[in-house]
Amino acid sequence: MSDAAPCTIRFVVNGRAVDVDAHPMARLLDVLRVELGLTGTKEGCGEGECGACSVLVNGELVNSCLTPVLQAAGATITTIEGIAGADATLSALQQAFIEHGGAQCGICTPGMIIAATSLLARHPDPTEAEVRTGLAGNLCRCTGYMRIFEAVMKAAAR
Amino acid sequence: MAAPVVGRAVPRKEGRSKVTGQARYVDDLTMPGLLHGVTVRSPVPRGRIRGIRFEGGLPWDEFTIVTARDVPAPNRIALILNDQPCLADDVINHAEEPVVLLAHADKGLAERARQSVVIDVDPLPAVLSLDESLSGREVIWGTDNVFKSYLVNSGDVDAALAAADIVVEGEYETGAQEQLYIEPQGMISIADAEGITVWGSLQCPYYVHKALTTLFSLPDDRVRVVQAETGGGFGGKEEYPSHIAAHAALLAMKSGRPVKLVYDRAEDMVATTKRHPSRTRHRTGLSHDGRLVAMDIDFVLDGGAYCTLSPVVLSRGTLHAAGPYYCPNVRIRGRAMATSTPPHGAFRGFGAPQSLFALERHMDVVAARAGLAPDDLRRRNFIVQGQTSAIGQVMREPVEMDALLDRALALSDYHRKRETFDRANGHSPVKQGIGFASFLHGAGFTGSGEVHLASVVDVEATADGHVRVLAASTEIGQGTNTIFAQIIADTLGIGYDQVEVAQPDTANVPDSGPTVASRTAMVVGKLVETAARTLQQTLVDAGLLGTGGTGDAFIHACRTYIGTHGALRARSIYSPPPGVQWDDEAYRGDAYGAFAWAVYVAAVSVDTATWETRIDDFVALQEIGRVLHPVLAAGQIEGGVAQAIGYALLEEVIWRNGRMANGQMTNYIMPTSMDLPPIRVFFEERPYAHGPFGAKGIGELPMDGVAPAIANAIAHATGAAVSKIPITPESLMATIDRQLEAARV
Repeated sequence: MSDAAPCTIRFVVNGRAVDVDAHPMARLLDVLRVELGLTGTKEGCGEGECGACSVLVNGELVNSCLTPVLQAAGATITTIEGIAGADATLSALQQAFIEHGGAQCGICTPGMIIAATSLLARHPDPTEAEVRTGLAGNLCRCTGYMRIFEAVMKAAAR
Repeated sequence: MAAPVVGRAVPRKEGRSKVTGQARYVDDLTMPGLLHGVTVRSPVPRGRIRGIRFEGGLPWDEFTIVTARDVPAPNRIALILNDQPCLADDVINHAEEPVVLLAHADKGLAERARQSVVIDVDPLPAVLSLDESLSGREVIWGTDNVFKSYLVNSGDVDAALAAADIVVEGEYETGAQEQLYIEPQGMISIADAEGITVWGSLQCPYYVHKALTTLFSLPDDRVRVVQAETGGGFGGKEEYPSHIAAHAALLAMKSGRPVKLVYDRAEDMVATTKRHPSRTRHRTGLSHDGRLVAMDIDFVLDGGAYCTLSPVVLSRGTLHAAGPYYCPNVRIRGRAMATSTPPHGAFRGFGAPQSLFALERHMDVVAARAGLAPDDLRRRNFIVQGQTSAIGQVMREPVEMDALLDRALALSDYHRKRETFDRANGHSPVKQGIGFASFLHGAGFTGSGEVHLASVVDVEATADGHVRVLAASTEIGQGTNTIFAQIIADTLGIGYDQVEVAQPDTANVPDSGPTVASRTAMVVGKLVETAARTLQQTLVDAGLLGTGGTGDAFIHACRTYIGTHGALRARSIYSPPPGVQWDDEAYRGDAYGAFAWAVYVAAVSVDTATWETRIDDFVALQEIGRVLHPVLAAGQIEGGVAQAIGYALLEEVIWRNGRMANGQMTNYIMPTSMDLPPIRVFFEERPYAHGPFGAKGIGELPMDGVAPAIANAIAHATGAAVSKIPITPESLMATIDRQLEAARV
């Protein structure tokens, strides 16, 4: 990987166009966190199991630890930093996570909220089974998920 | 006077920063000139280091390299016995033992370098099981491989067993369990000869502080430990962060640059501590009327290669081994043994999940042998207020296990389901079962631990009309910040938003003890309340506030006081509740200030084609004193139950030559959102006189009773003589096959 030449890759993240110089196979996760300072996206396992690094690429839910940055060329990316409104108003999901105990230690929370955002875009009025399936790629060790399900259902009802 | 907030679901203090991604964890921090540290570890479980080679044609002169020769003597991480080296020197005692530290500005190059260091080791015989350790054939610790042993002895067990109408024996085992916090461990350090600062993911700032001041022979004020936002701990960040902090500080000191040392998942899983594996043997004597007349319990923990926290884990496990029952003749022998695996350490429950799994599974076996229903046997033997436990603790507070059991069985529809399942199972390839466990968990440090800790909390008023808590108790997801603010708000009649909780930083907060042992709400929370009252009294004494004055009058008086004196700060120091006494020598007395009590019920389906177990319903009923925050409290129980479901069914550490072979989330399986039943949580609230607003401890309790409830349900469903967790499909099938084989012979 370090033998490949760096190249300039352009994409839009949270509404902002950026050019980054990176190795094409660099992980999108590292580019977001290190080059762009968007540290809200977390690394929990580095092998696509835990979902802490979840971001939306052209609206699709992806693990940014498994995504070479080259795949993001020309894409529109949303990270947790882009979920609240421009005036810092929390999204319904973010608000519900606070109110219903969906966040404890908080390390899975950005990825979980991104996954839930993706879920609600596909299923605006989800059943609990759909919520469970939609979040199955995001591990949480604190909550036992019950309050996350509740937060997502409550946010959907708003 | 602001509306009370204790008992209400106020928003988590740091909730906003967590849901927006603004919360800063250690790997989110950076500094100019930062180097990345990596750790080179032992490839074998035991041996002598012959040499270290730096291969691969890398530019080694660009690297900061630290070995045992760079570690100040005596090269030990301070804990209980100070037996664990900071870096291995000469002798290797477990796989993955740290030997060499490297740092470089290029993280990728640092990782390549880690793989290019070769440690030549002359192997020595390793001790890789409890049986090998107990046999003493190879001695790797002291004269007999025993780190610590305890003996509890009340009455005359041998005579009572000889006279018992029924004697039932059983042997039970539990496996290692990885804490698997989603944020791997890490530290950043800056250091020079004058002093050290570390920022990191940790539970116990003053443990790290003590390890660093001891290792580097620095005075207290030259070492500063700051907790970054911490992505889960569960005990896993109790003692191990001291190592990472020392390693980062050594690299920072040698390089003269800031050093970040953050583990990746694989390193975190194979190298850091796990829950102690255990084996428990029970010999139980019963009278003809179903009363326990003798309990003979042999409880053994696998401590790994160094002593670390094993003596206290063993103690908690030993003190919980007889459960919530009264028995006049009890002998509990507890031993923590040395093996050649990485040291096992703190994990939520801390020895109690192991000994309570054995006991509560055994109680169902005893009931069956005695021809009693599982609930009937327990009802005949629950300890009640006024009785004395095997440890010599008089139950001063009300104990109402009978009522808890009634309610839990009603909530889970236990009796009806048990009958229905019994009728339906014969014809069905899917067998249903229901089982329960009744148990207790002591809150706070064991024995005289709290007295020795002598924890301190400060509370200060600020010029802008706020009150700030200064405590070393860390927020690791469980809600420390929120409950401390609630306690202050209601003690002083001020708004929840008027309370701040300082970031734990040893330069700024006193030593409130570690964030462990279900002690934060009950013990430290009470200190928070007391310090707030002292603050209030200072204003009364200064003539600025009427006796017991709160709310706006209090805030106004604070401002006046600060205007005159510049600062207003009050301190509280732990003193035990009246009458609580523990004899360290005799190992008897009041083991815990208070107990939480619980009955958990699991309903399961076992598919006899695949031997997979599905949990259909889970009821968790507990008495934890007053509930300070209903959402946080339920979250603690649900999260603990989920971890314990993993412990019971999924989470299996595969050991190969003393090393965890499945150190990845791909093949060490924790519960996902698809694996859990509805977890139904219920509380009985009986305010405890010596906890803040009546609260007792809660955090560890849910880890204790889940595995035995599930095991009992599986035994009910299938008839399998389940005695070991995790109960994987493979292990359950093997158990059934053995039973069928035995029946044929």
